[in-house]
Amino acid sequence: MLRLEARREPSRAMLLLTPVLAVALTVLFGGALFAALGKDPVAAMRVIFVDPLFDPYSRSELMVKGAPLALIAIGLSLGFRAGIWNIGAEGQFIMGAVAASAVALAFYDVQGLWLLPLMLVAGTAAGAGWAMIPAVLKTRFGANEILVSLMLVYVAEQFLIAMVSGPLRDPQGFNFPLSRSFHDSAVLPVLMEYTRVHVGVLVTLLVVIAAQVLMSRHIFGFRIRLSGEAPRAARFAGVDRAHVTWACMGLSGAAAGLAGMFEVAGPAQQLAPSLPVGYGFTAIIVAFLGRLSPPGIVLAAAIMALTYIGGETAQFALGIPAAANETFRGMLLFFLLGLDILVRYRLVPKRREART
Amino acid sequence: MDLSTLDPIALIVSLIIAATPLVLAATGELVTEKSGVLNLGVEGMMVFGAITGFAAAVESGSPWLGFLASATGGAVLALIFGVMTQYLLSNQVATGLALTMFGLGLAALIGQPYAGVKPPPFPRLDLPLLGDIPVLGRLLFSFDAMVYLSILLVAAVWWFLARTRGGMVLRAVGENHDAAHSLGMKVVPIRLAAIAFGGACAGLGGAYLSLVRVPQWTEGMTAGAGWIALAIVVFASWKPWRVLLGAYLFGGVTILQLNTQALSLNPALPAGAGLIVVGLVWLGLALRAGRPAGLALAALGLGAAALAFGLAAPRFQIGSAWLSMAPYLVTILVLVVMSRDRARAALNAPASLGRVFHAAG
Amino acid sequence: MSLLSLRGLTKAYPGVVANSDVSFDIAPGEVHALLGENGAGKSTLVKTIFGLVRPDAGEMTLSGRPYTPARPGDARAAGVAMVFQHFSLFEAMSVAENIALGMEAAQAGRDLPARIRSVSAEYGLPLDPDRLVGDLSVGERQRVEIVRCLLQEPRLLIMDEPTSVLTPQEVEVLFATLRKLSAEGVAILYISHKLEEIRSLCDRATILRGGRVVGSCVPAQETAKSLAEAMIGSALARPVAKSHAVGGIVLELAGLALPSPDPFGTSLRDVSLSLHKGEILGIGGVAGNGQEELQAALSGERRVAPGMIRLRGQEIGALGPNRRRALGLCTAPEERLGHAAAPEMTLTENALLTGLTRERLANGGFVKWRATASFAEAIVRRFDVRTPGVDHAARALSGGNLQKFVVGREVLQKPDVLVVNQPTWGVDAAAAAAIRAALVTLAAGGAAVIVISQDLDELMEISDRLAVLAGGRLSAPRPAASLGIDEIGLMMGGSTVKDAGETHAPA
Repeated sequence: MLRLEARREPSRAMLLLTPVLAVALTVLFGGALFAALGKDPVAAMRVIFVDPLFDPYSRSELMVKGAPLALIAIGLSLGFRAGIWNIGAEGQFIMGAVAASAVALAFYDVQGLWLLPLMLVAGTAAGAGWAMIPAVLKTRFGANEILVSLMLVYVAEQFLIAMVSGPLRDPQGFNFPLSRSFHDSAVLPVLMEYTRVHVGVLVTLLVVIAAQVLMSRHIFGFRIRLSGEAPRAARFAGVDRAHVTWACMGLSGAAAGLAGMFEVAGPAQQLAPSLPVGYGFTAIIVAFLGRLSPPGIVLAAAIMALTYIGGETAQFALGIPAAANETFRGMLLFFLLGLDILVRYRLVPKRREART
Repeated sequence: MDLSTLDPIALIVSLIIAATPLVLAATGELVTEKSGVLNLGVEGMMVFGAITGFAAAVESGSPWLGFLASATGGAVLALIFGVMTQYLLSNQVATGLALTMFGLGLAALIGQPYAGVKPPPFPRLDLPLLGDIPVLGRLLFSFDAMVYLSILLVAAVWWFLARTRGGMVLRAVGENHDAAHSLGMKVVPIRLAAIAFGGACAGLGGAYLSLVRVPQWTEGMTAGAGWIALAIVVFASWKPWRVLLGAYLFGGVTILQLNTQALSLNPALPAGAGLIVVGLVWLGLALRAGRPAGLALAALGLGAAALAFGLAAPRFQIGSAWLSMAPYLVTILVLVVMSRDRARAALNAPASLGRVFHAAG
Repeated sequence: MSLLSLRGLTKAYPGVVANSDVSFDIAPGEVHALLGENGAGKSTLVKTIFGLVRPDAGEMTLSGRPYTPARPGDARAAGVAMVFQHFSLFEAMSVAENIALGMEAAQAGRDLPARIRSVSAEYGLPLDPDRLVGDLSVGERQRVEIVRCLLQEPRLLIMDEPTSVLTPQEVEVLFATLRKLSAEGVAILYISHKLEEIRSLCDRATILRGGRVVGSCVPAQETAKSLAEAMIGSALARPVAKSHAVGGIVLELAGLALPSPDPFGTSLRDVSLSLHKGEILGIGGVAGNGQEELQAALSGERRVAPGMIRLRGQEIGALGPNRRRALGLCTAPEERLGHAAAPEMTLTENALLTGLTRERLANGGFVKWRATASFAEAIVRRFDVRTPGVDHAARALSGGNLQKFVVGREVLQKPDVLVVNQPTWGVDAAAAAAIRAALVTLAAGGAAVIVISQDLDELMEISDRLAVLAGGRLSAPRPAASLGIDEIGLMMGGSTVKDAGETHAPA
């Protein structure tokens, strides 16, 4: 039998190794799942994890899908480090997209370089504002931020439907719940020809760098980490818990809102009920898989984006249902969290009780 | 507006049917939380129970076997969570989220062949004589067996927690796991049992959705019901009978929302009425605790204004999406009102809720 | 004929011998005091008797038969019951439930509430079985623990520091109960360091120091002074060179009051104090008499009315920790891991935790990590902190080394006022001496230092003046050199300073 023995210090090797191990275990168990579904596991894994890397268009799509994941996960990681659980990023993403669309459609056919920045401000502010609702209800009333932020996802989804079937509906759209397609001034410039890689990818990269600087160099990042690791020591160091809550929720909401703006002004170029595809939830896994560190999150976002792209291919090439991918993601998070114990504990053989 | 089509008894009956999945799931989660474990994966266990129950019922032709399978499915999923949090000491919040994602994904995967399939009917208990009593017969004796079982479950959980030594030990473990351990109680096995029970109940709740309430299988059909069940436990201050009350309240909101839509009613009418009820309850709580009642008065005022608007313009309409927000907004409102009274809620909330237990040595 | 007999009990932990060759007897009906300072080995000994600790050597007999309890259940079955200093109670549950949970299922029958009522009436411990424990006062909670024990009809009842959480009135009630039990033939092992209590209650006393039995006596025939000397040891260190030039007042507390949010905590009541430049003020007292609250009020973790605390005449009661640090008031809390330091963070990061303001470790919000690391290295070097490097987690340090780091971090910031709580608790002798030397040097340099401690030796050694916290109130400080140990003991027991002054002339 094995028993757990606490390590004196968290193992840095395990900190890096466990995410890799978790991915490996997910692939292994995922393969078994495919075999159970009657699909060739090796072929499936190749289609999902390998093929996209060798196709130029798929490689560009990796950036298109990875950017929002990384952006949202970066925001969430701040709160997760402080022990503040914003799990409503999906809702903040939607509100950001709706607000940016509202601006784009309000100035439909108006040309100008100011429009995109205005959309960006609107999207970011809407996401931040939506996230501040659970933050304020938490600090003012003590309402659980997990449940409130999650409930607001469902509200945001309905709000999106209300918007595209009401004020933002395309007047020439035969009553379909879709907005007009954005005009050129409201569409993000594309960076690479024949791809959908847009300026937002670049901005995401800047945000990642900024987050890295914030967390490692700025006193605010230190305070976030401190209040998550040792709340009492944080109070001793003069950290105000309410301020940390507001900042973490607000920033993560802003990042999700920004991702929503990029999504609608980049790949989608139109507001539709099908816009949210669960980036807000997947980003939670990305944040953990990336060990809540900005460089790790970029890598994790790339891996998760791979499963999105490969998953789509596997869907029509092998008839593997999209739901299999969702199952994978849940499984991956399980393995990650379960293996986490190796960071703080060591497995040692159980000693025989010494009799006295 | 044609109110003549409204049958109050039919409304109450549909309210109870809408509330039953919540009763089941929330009661299970209450037991889990009373043992000191916060399992946020209710949504995942519910949706997993919905499909396992549905599939088993379709394959066997027996809804009863379906319910049995759903309880088993929910419990198995919950035990994954249990092993992770109790043995591998993983964070309960994150693991609960993982459970939800995993459950939603796996359910969708299993459910592929079952889209559009009709499940075997689950008959109402046609109680002879009793069911024929006018009004009362329909109100009390016209349901299917699961409705009665759900109420029985609440009673049984209440009895177990309040009246048995086992229930006392469970509460002690949730209250102070270190003291419980030092008095010789087996913290981890007790918690695992509570987690499995919570999963089984959530599974049953999901199966009630797919086999009775809807009845069919669609992906993600729980639509947040598991999360609402979690909120109901907070609303109920961890008291079983209040879970019943809370679930029926949410059932009422859902039915009100559906009927407002169906009857082309001005939504300000039910919203206003609801706000006034909430405001009155809130006012009562505040007055009893001797706290300022400004927000309660604001709710009352807003409710009155909405009601007045509803009466002035009965034909005013809004899109159905706005109405669909109602249950979620009500959940938030309820959480805020309940969390305000912090000291009282804190006394009844299990003190070790969500904390990791690891016996040294 | 003795009830319990201990012979040669020895228990060693890595680095420390908690009990060494401890032998004594307890007779039926006897109230036997176990007297000793913190760390004298009292709790290890009672845990051994109660089956929580297994001795390395030695044996026990109960009523003449060998007694080797492997777990508390064995002890209970043999008729040994214990009331812990920290209760194992469930706040959200009723009194009856709490009592039932501590008993075997078979014992806790339906008539339990009735039995609770009759036992509590019989022994003058009024308890309502239906009330929630969370609604009870600390004294009432203790009654729950006692009644839980009494229902099992023990032959030996162990009480660990039972009065440290009680009001004087509650103490009287408790003593009446214990005397009644003793008259019925129940033996009581009473652990305390409150001398007057032991003199009035106990038939015999065994005195422990450094894990050994150093004497036994009949307390009623002793004076508080002789008991204290036996407990502390005659080699009580006299104050070392108190040559600091004491200057003007730098810190003033005026009517400082702070209600405790925790039912087990102590509220501070009307604490007033003037602290002079260059002096070390020792604050003694039994744990749980307001030490943590005083530390929190001074550090700024808990805010009070502005005028209650004045630093160089400026009202700072409402300021937060960092504003106070900027003005020159630094503190070091008792709990090293999780309060004074973040366990998982590196020493460098922990240096930043309090050093940010005074050491100017950030520029426009950006942390100067190199400067922070050299600050951490300076602490490590100056205070001889044994660590492979400043990039290791605080948790990896031994208690003594981390404590040197925590105190050193504040001392190096050259504060005008430094408040340290339990600076040498659980620290090896060498480290403790180093920490004390650092505090004395700081004061010699003109800073004012408050040392909150339960270690009398330490306070006598380094303090210029001494005051005692009891029940959240602070006695008037007196020059340490003029105080005898018996006086301090009496002050700690809650006697007023006046009484102490009248009963004894300066030693």
